[in-house]
Amino acid sequence: MAFTKKRGNTSPEVSTASLPDIIFMLLFFFMVTTVLRDAELKVKVQTPKVTELTKLEEKSLVNYLYIGRPLERYHDLYGTKPRLQLGDKFSSVKDIPLFLEKHKIKVPENRHGQITSSLRVDGDVTMGVVQDVKTELRKSNQLKVNYSAKKRED
Amino acid sequence: MAKSTARQRLRNEINAGSMADIAFLLLIFFLVTTTIVEDTGVQVKLPPWTPDDTSIIMSSRNVFSVLVNADDELLVRGNAISVDELKDYAKEFIANPTANPEFAKKPTNAIISLQNDRATSYNQYLAVYNELKAAYNELWDESAQRNYGISYSEDMPIAMKKAIRAEIPLVISEADPFQYNEH
Repeated sequence: MAFTKKRGNTSPEVSTASLPDIIFMLLFFFMVTTVLRDAELKVKVQTPKVTELTKLEEKSLVNYLYIGRPLERYHDLYGTKPRLQLGDKFSSVKDIPLFLEKHKIKVPENRHGQITSSLRVDGDVTMGVVQDVKTELRKSNQLKVNYSAKKRED
Repeated sequence: MAKSTARQRLRNEINAGSMADIAFLLLIFFLVTTTIVEDTGVQVKLPPWTPDDTSIIMSSRNVFSVLVNADDELLVRGNAISVDELKDYAKEFIANPTANPEFAKKPTNAIISLQNDRATSYNQYLAVYNELKAAYNELWDESAQRNYGISYSEDMPIAMKKAIRAEIPLVISEADPFQYNEH
């Protein structure tokens, strides 16, 4: 053919050597931005659906309190009554001040006022246990509270 | 040393093409396991703790009392209503456009008093709270439209937001729950 040029035997491959670098860059991005959930849920939490929602902005300023009925595999040990979970263990209301304090020392002092407590409460729980937690939060002067909920589509 | 030809030098390269595949595998793993959870909820400011928590239920025209009983039924200012009616009722009470002597004198005087039973379900409690907040949000939005011609949102100028919230302050007082029976 007229257009074929003879350039010796080296094949004109595109170098893919830099492809791994690009992929690794993406990989590191995802590895860095991924926040692995630190607490394993031991209670069933199905948050209610509402319309008036506020977004929680900074994760480092939020501590999570879970309230719900224990999962089935914990029924033998903890029964079926709604329980409070702090961090990754079942707790009583009395443990809340220590839990809040433990979170507080990780936050710079000038931002202590911005700490929010996110209450992840199962919708079927009765208010009694929630009320006790609220009272304890008020006693610990943790007044910024966010009732975790999902968006309701109307 | 034996002289290597150009062709031999080419063959000595490690094939890095499969490296991309390995990286891809890792990438896909992280892509799949990553859950970008958007944390949302109803923002609430709890009142500071006072040891002698006397719950004063004033029976004045400025108090919008909402009671939720153990069966998730509502009693609003002595009337049994459903959750769907609550928002409009609350709005009418706070804004009081018809200057009804039974309703709040001014929005600044209005106090919402929310009281629930220990056996009230959390679903119902949050639904009621949501309706009350929705009432305020709508009133703020109306005020923003009227005064500034923009809709009320979190990222509007702070001065405007403060002015609106001073005009219609959100006051939800939560008394200690009454207790009949807890399941």
